Amino acid sequence: MQLPSHLTVETVAALKRPDLSGEMPLVVDLSTVEHIDSAGVAWLALVARQAKEAGKTLHVEGARPEIERTLAMFPALPSYVRHVPPVPSMTARLGGQVEGAVNMLTAFALLCADAAWFTLMTIAGRFRVRPGLLAYEMAAMGSRALGVVGLIAFLVGATMGLQSAAQLRRFGADIFVVDLIVVSLLRELGPLMAAIVVAGRTGAATAAELGTMVVTEEVDALRTMGLHPVRLLVVPKVIAITIVQPLLTIFANALGILGGFLVAAAYLNVSPDSFIQRTIEIVVFKDIFTGLIKSVVFAWLIVLLGAHYGLTTRGGADAVGRSTTSSVVAGIFAVVVADAFASLIFYFGG
Amino acid sequence: MQSTANPQLTSARWPSDRPTVEVHGLIAKYGARTVLNGVDVSVMPGEIHVILGGSGCGKSTLLKHMIGLYQQAGGDVSLLGVDLKAADEPERNAVLGRVGMLFQAGALLNGLSVRDNVALPIVERSELPRVVVDEMVRMKLDLVDLADKMDLMPPALSGGMKKRAALARAIATDPWVLFCDEPGAGLDPISMAALDSLLLNLRDRFGMSMVVVTHELPSIARIADRVTMLDQGKVIAQGPLREVQETDHPLVHAFFARKETEQDAMDAQLNVWRALGGSEPGAQS
Repeated sequence: MQLPSHLTVETVAALKRPDLSGEMPLVVDLSTVEHIDSAGVAWLALVARQAKEAGKTLHVEGARPEIERTLAMFPALPSYVRHVPPVPSMTARLGGQVEGAVNMLTAFALLCADAAWFTLMTIAGRFRVRPGLLAYEMAAMGSRALGVVGLIAFLVGATMGLQSAAQLRRFGADIFVVDLIVVSLLRELGPLMAAIVVAGRTGAATAAELGTMVVTEEVDALRTMGLHPVRLLVVPKVIAITIVQPLLTIFANALGILGGFLVAAAYLNVSPDSFIQRTIEIVVFKDIFTGLIKSVVFAWLIVLLGAHYGLTTRGGADAVGRSTTSSVVAGIFAVVVADAFASLIFYFGG
Repeated sequence: MQSTANPQLTSARWPSDRPTVEVHGLIAKYGARTVLNGVDVSVMPGEIHVILGGSGCGKSTLLKHMIGLYQQAGGDVSLLGVDLKAADEPERNAVLGRVGMLFQAGALLNGLSVRDNVALPIVERSELPRVVVDEMVRMKLDLVDLADKMDLMPPALSGGMKKRAALARAIATDPWVLFCDEPGAGLDPISMAALDSLLLNLRDRFGMSMVVVTHELPSIARIADRVTMLDQGKVIAQGPLREVQETDHPLVHAFFARKETEQDAMDAQLNVWRALGGSEPGAQS
């Protein structure tokens, strides 16, 4: 076929596909080509691949030295064979995904074991936490989250109060708004809301921090000093969140109840005294205790998933972004699943 | 220092007649791709052993296998007489307490000041009082001329300073073996020469073994006692620098005659540029 003198981005689009039905081998004569750019080289590569797929070989002839040099810039070209990996079958893909999930769960279980061991050893005094680090982590995870946790809890409590007010008023059961708000907040919504906020803040921050440390070889540097990254980087976070999360949950409960209290006082026939009296009557220690136990479990899941995704980051800045996103999604998912299991356990367990 | 099965690790010095690093028939893989295939390297005490080769030939991979960051697919790697793959945790820790590593970008912990970065391995590996640790830190930072920057955080340091601070951390525990991954990368020629003389000083004063990955010719000429040259995962030349330079392997020859090669590459690039229809870079239109 006749090729233009400029085999470039301007001319390649108009070129016809060469006839592959003729005698072997297919010959492309470049003697008329004076200029070629990467679009022209790509067109040649494409023709070569199509020829190969049709069982033919491609011969390039008559290229000027400067054209040869341009072609030589692309090392894969001289063979005119581009490796196209075979598309795996559906079974193979499914198997690969199952294997990936098993590997992920194994790595996560090992991380949990390491974190549990080093945390216990740290509490027992065998290892130290750098002075000030615990306070720093607690401030980052706890006090800086107070605003958003408090605001969300307050709004949810107020919304619950508003939604239930209309229904309860119809039955003259205004006072039961206290039961609805207080019990659901203490048992479920308080721990859950605090955990979801913490998953978005602390889970993401943990994954991003550790992922960046992996990418910049800081984690490797610790390993070469014989220092276990889980002990130095994860354990302080586990201890800090274990202290902070129940406090955040208590704060969320208090603000949620306050929201409900204000709505009840404004729109229902419930006086502040009645609200407080009813709260004292219905709240049992178990409600508070189960909520706080759940909050600690949620906190561990969030921090350990963040640490897992951070420490398994491979690649560059984009990989850190992916790890961060995955840690938040996995953290919220794990919290919701754990909450469902915990509810079942506490419901059937009395 | 924790107890260990290898009594030589608790002695004052490593014996001068035993290699500090021994690699035999190392095979390294990333997935199905073989990166190193049957590599042998031996490093004696007080020796600066330079590993060189083109990009992607497996230099850094070899270094990370030597220090136990990666586990080999085949062959044996012994660091200070210990096979890190088979070693238990106390023995592994004892070995790592005797080695230091200078990473390409420094790998300083960004959340710690320069002082705390250098103090970290000492504090974590010993029971020394903080005042003694601080004095050790000051001494090491003095060595790299950064004593006045010890309270800065790593992001406030220039590239060269980061590298020197990382070197101070790598030598904080007086290692017997120092691994350096491209120590001259990103440094100007003067800083590179200063870093080289620092490495030579450390070797001369403390008798450290060093394994240095680099492809900076001036640096190689200054510091290398012996070199190992890799290509496509295999050793193509090994021995004292002078002998390797005289090897007639075309790649070795091309590497050490790089001035010409670089010129050739520039010419080739210019030709490609012309072939692509562009005007010469830098030419006035």
